[in-house]
Amino acid sequence: MNGNGKDDHIETGFLLRQDRLPHIWCPGCGLGTVLQSFLRALVKSELPLEKVAIVSGIGCTGRVAGYVKLDSFHTTHGRAIPFATGLKLANPEMKVVVFSGDGDLTSIGGNHLIHAARRNMDLTVICVNNFIYGMTGGQVAPTTPVNARTSTSPLGNFEPAFNLPNLVTAAGATYVARWTAIHVRRLENTMTEALHKKGFSFVEVITPCPTHYGRKNRQGSGLTQLKYYRDNSVIKHGAQLGEVGIGMTDPITVGKFVDIERPTFSDLQSRIRSPKTAAEVQSTKK
Amino acid sequence: MASHGPLVGEFFMNGDEACAEGAISAGCRFFAGYPITPATEIAERMAERLPEVGGTFIQMEDEIASMAAILGGSWGGVKSMTATSGPGFSLMMENIGLGAMMETPCVVADVQRAGPSTGLPTLTAQGDMMQARWGSHGLYGIIALSPSSPQEMFTLTIKAFNLSEKYRVPVLIMGDESVAHMSEKVTIPPPEQLEIFPRRKTSLPPEEYLPYKPDADLVPPMANAGEGYFYHVTGLTHDERGYPDMSAEAQQKLVRRLIDKIDLNKKDIIEIEEDQIDGAEVVVCSYGISARVALLAVKAAREEGVKVGMLRLITVWPFPDERIRQIAGKVKAFVVPELNAGQIALEVERCVAGKAKTILVPHMGGAVHDPKVILEAIKKAAK
Repeated sequence: MNGNGKDDHIETGFLLRQDRLPHIWCPGCGLGTVLQSFLRALVKSELPLEKVAIVSGIGCTGRVAGYVKLDSFHTTHGRAIPFATGLKLANPEMKVVVFSGDGDLTSIGGNHLIHAARRNMDLTVICVNNFIYGMTGGQVAPTTPVNARTSTSPLGNFEPAFNLPNLVTAAGATYVARWTAIHVRRLENTMTEALHKKGFSFVEVITPCPTHYGRKNRQGSGLTQLKYYRDNSVIKHGAQLGEVGIGMTDPITVGKFVDIERPTFSDLQSRIRSPKTAAEVQSTKK
Repeated sequence: MASHGPLVGEFFMNGDEACAEGAISAGCRFFAGYPITPATEIAERMAERLPEVGGTFIQMEDEIASMAAILGGSWGGVKSMTATSGPGFSLMMENIGLGAMMETPCVVADVQRAGPSTGLPTLTAQGDMMQARWGSHGLYGIIALSPSSPQEMFTLTIKAFNLSEKYRVPVLIMGDESVAHMSEKVTIPPPEQLEIFPRRKTSLPPEEYLPYKPDADLVPPMANAGEGYFYHVTGLTHDERGYPDMSAEAQQKLVRRLIDKIDLNKKDIIEIEEDQIDGAEVVVCSYGISARVALLAVKAAREEGVKVGMLRLITVWPFPDERIRQIAGKVKAFVVPELNAGQIALEVERCVAGKAKTILVPHMGGAVHDPKVILEAIKKAAK
């Protein structure tokens, strides 16, 4: 599509469980696009596929794990991150990716999200944010913008939404980026980078949900929502994180916001575990 | 701090510490937990010991996370465990169900304290026995063991790991505060003298492997994550490929097997201890610390000439229906002392099915029974 010919073609079909298709997602949903970007990123990352695991929670995005031909775990609502934490700690060779929705990761899973970021647990978290609970029929989420209508905020949402990049950065994430479902190339590059990042990497992807969010808020089809993202996204790498919250009609700030180095949980743990350090501790006591 | 393996020898330790050492001897190398009295010493011991044996300890943000983490750890190929008490056990229930559905070997120690709610955090009870069986939603088979001493906190923790690997199910150690906090001699045999059941690994290549196709004993062999099997695992009802299948037929096949793999293997799973049951007029059926207290009453009753036998449940779930039915035809009554208002007594009554009396000796927890109360119940039952 970008005219680069051969370089542009990345075969990803082998990464899908084609015997499970067609998928369950609604027409116009952004999940297929986001998944495709992820699969391309995975191929580009050149990670050995048997050492990549994908863990998801519940909801529309939770179903991603079921369509990807990796060791894949579809767990309970909100608990993908702690499950992934156990998997990673038991098998440190694995690259463990958590692929889940905003409701799953930031509402019921909010506590796990901030603690995994605080620990700088070596995980890649992809948060598909469509501002609403899709699978249960369009209820209000912690990411629903103020005034947006949902089936449990029929008069308009009065709860301020989480600014997720700001939240996870404050908690300690070492890689934080946001794109929308129309930024497929940038998303793919970001995901490739995130897959190679050691530490807690968090990628938020703003994604259309025409069936619920779009319909209830008169935002039109999936395509119309994508056009809205195209026309209203502002790329601002390293943006001031306090200013990247998303309103109903404000521009959406996208880009790579954080890319820093900090010891991971395992780094710090092995430092404490090493006999040398124990001896050092002993000598300082004398 | 030289790396050393499991302890060997005789030690004076409490039940919680013995549980942690049992886990290490069983090969547990991942512990995720959240502090709660009276189970905390298990976590504390693991925090110290696991790094010494090349394992990993993590204190998670809550019990829900702890339970999810040990499921992940187990799929990562490492024997995994958590420990908690009643309130934390309740929080773990959803993911204990996930463990049952995904058929994930793991061990959960519930050191029971008196509830409901915050109750008596530092005092004993046996109020979670039914929660152990039915706490998670839906239908599933489960295994729960009930130690009566620090020594059994050690041996039954090993047994719990063995059963969990053999049957691919979360195994629950239903301890209580008294057993966890009493200190006694604990003998830890050398590793070569311990029977350790290894993970049931598949011998098939990835292209032929179906993650949920069971062996003859209804348990499917496993492949750990990272071994190139590229399987899908879900808490949804699934077929032998692990793919979701939203049909009554798939539910019937899968859930029936989850129940049957425990029920049909009862003979292998159930361990009970019997004393002078033949010729007894009354049988005391108890477990955990209550069984230990009941022994005093049984001895006193025998001194008074009462023909009383003792049946101690080491495995509580699955329940030893058959044995209790056999005994029921030959005795006047079962006396069931337990630190609750009658949870296991209901099971005894169910199995007895009217062929004998079932006399509950309840205690709401906070202390153990006065043996005299059990003695009175035995004497009354014998009349």
